[in-house]
Amino acid sequence: MSEDKTKAKAYWKENLRYLTILLVIWFLVSCGAGILFKDYLNQFSLGGFKLGFWFAQQGSIYVFVILIFVYVYLMNKLDKKYGYEEE
Amino acid sequence: MSVELWTWILVGVTFALYFGIAIWARAGSTKEFYVAGGGVSPLSNGMATAADWMSAASFISMAGIISFSGYDGSVYLMGWTGGYVLLALLLAPYLRKFGKFTVPDFIGDRYYSNTARTVAVICALIVSFTYVAGQMRGVGIVFSQFLQVDIVVGVIIGMAVVLVFAFLGGMKGITYTQVVQYCVLIFAFMVPAIFISFQMTGNPIPQMGMGGSTSDGVYILDKLDALHTDLGFKEYTSGTKSTWDVFAITVALMVGTAGLPHVIVRFFTVPKVRDARKSAGLALLFIAILYTTAPAVAVFARTNMIETVSEKSYSSMPNWFKNWEETGLIAWSDKNGDGKIQYVAGNALDGKKPEFLEGRGAFGERLVANPNMAEMNELYVDRDIMVLANPEIAELPNWVIALVAAGGLAAALSTAAGLLLVISTSVSHDLIKKQIKPNISDKGELMAARISILVAVIVAGLFGIYPPGFVAAVVALAFGLAAASFFPAIILGIFDKRMNKQGAITGMVVGTSLMLFYMIRFKTGLVGVMDPLPAEDWWFGTSPEGFGTVAMVVNFVVSFVVSRLTAAPPKEVQEIVEDIRIPSGAGEAAQH
Repeated sequence: MSEDKTKAKAYWKENLRYLTILLVIWFLVSCGAGILFKDYLNQFSLGGFKLGFWFAQQGSIYVFVILIFVYVYLMNKLDKKYGYEEE
Repeated sequence: MSVELWTWILVGVTFALYFGIAIWARAGSTKEFYVAGGGVSPLSNGMATAADWMSAASFISMAGIISFSGYDGSVYLMGWTGGYVLLALLLAPYLRKFGKFTVPDFIGDRYYSNTARTVAVICALIVSFTYVAGQMRGVGIVFSQFLQVDIVVGVIIGMAVVLVFAFLGGMKGITYTQVVQYCVLIFAFMVPAIFISFQMTGNPIPQMGMGGSTSDGVYILDKLDALHTDLGFKEYTSGTKSTWDVFAITVALMVGTAGLPHVIVRFFTVPKVRDARKSAGLALLFIAILYTTAPAVAVFARTNMIETVSEKSYSSMPNWFKNWEETGLIAWSDKNGDGKIQYVAGNALDGKKPEFLEGRGAFGERLVANPNMAEMNELYVDRDIMVLANPEIAELPNWVIALVAAGGLAAALSTAAGLLLVISTSVSHDLIKKQIKPNISDKGELMAARISILVAVIVAGLFGIYPPGFVAAVVALAFGLAAASFFPAIILGIFDKRMNKQGAITGMVVGTSLMLFYMIRFKTGLVGVMDPLPAEDWWFGTSPEGFGTVAMVVNFVVSFVVSRLTAAPPKEVQEIVEDIRIPSGAGEAAQH
């Protein structure tokens, strides 16, 4: 296997690891906190919000935005590490 | 100045702006027409994507639906924003690297098959037409309400406007018009929301006001829960749908968002892979501003409305109530003859819409032909008016009311334009250029694209004049279709090198057919032949809106199994897959 291919493989593997972690968080805040564990979380409150309801209507959306920007940051760093930056 | 005068002025000014941009951004080549020349900055692309994405349904209907369904409305909030995470992480960068014009382009090349391309074109057309129907209806509603014209006239004006900027500028014109439309619609949505939040909670930031307390020191959400329980509704923060159904609908909307062709195509318009990632993030940020405000608006509007109407006499109702009654979006029938409005749980009417009789009742109300006498509830309120009437309910100045009209139009028109472009590109590029007449000149293709936009606008207009149901319900089904058709094929095309054409085609055909079957069986029926079955017959308690999730899983499984039973894709295709996985290096980012 050529050096290029090995490098591409390693890059892809790291990328997949980031994706897995970020998507697990994505699933936990939305389908998890907002739906599956909503009733449990509703015992707690955040100001005037019940916590599960807050995740479903506000919190998950804030987390989504943050997740994408974290991804952008991580991938830009990864591109640099492997020399895949575009001009 | 009167509301109408303000509305004419604001709508006139914004439309003039859209026309100006369309003329400035005339497209000269197919590349400009399809992907705006590929040189849009991530910031502009983020705004354009947000406007493209936030439709009449987001602007007009969403807060209304949440307002009436409380917690159940969360499916739209999480579903429609959560899909962006999938888009940004799993699709946008790779499709940009692939660097063609359309989704069927990707599918056709990745699966080395014109059959796959054709299946993708058909899916794109079904999804886009289902969706565009809702937009044209939205245009009609806004026009008829605010400019006092017939819905048909409103739809025709909308068609004419979209036609001008889509026809002349193609993607380039649409992109820059959408940037302006985003600004108009977000301003129009935020101004009344901020006013109302301040009025009700003393906090000008709606997202925080929603968790705040009213002047009597009670949290507004607790107060609303109490009002709901008193009137026999389910608690606002609990909802009525089963956990499984909420889950299924949310996932279907998330995946559908990521599979919508008019959104995906936007990531072909930026110069680089890293721009594609970044613009997905910016798009969601711009969308989140509206999407975190909407549930707050829903809570304020709901509380305000219940307090205004419940147990109050009809003759004391404010002007907005009677105005909306005139347009048929509010109806009251005094079932117990006390002259007061009883607004409690239960259907006020037999059937979905009020049917009015000639003449007036004892208190001057419009007489309703179909009151449901078995229920106590006397008041029918159309969900679509919550955002449109909100400024009036809160007694905001006239210019704010007019602004909402302009914002609603911006939202509907920008989405309609994006969809029409997908439809025309599918026809002119994926069908004519790639299959029927490969040696067509760039000029000829451009002409074909413009003609197909013209045809698409006419069809969309007919849908708007003869609407197939509630705006948002129709749109929600388009997501199920997108989830069931494209999403698996694109994901597997990038992440599974072994995926071949047999697998992808079978998956798309099975997924789409299953979704269409379920939709027709349980939602729309076949006019005159078959009526939709009731909710009791749903499979595993899955609503048609949530069935996209099931159809998607079936698509994934079928694709996977079939691909493993048939030959691996050719070597050069496997190389394409490896190539799109890295932003640069093994060659420059693919040229158009």
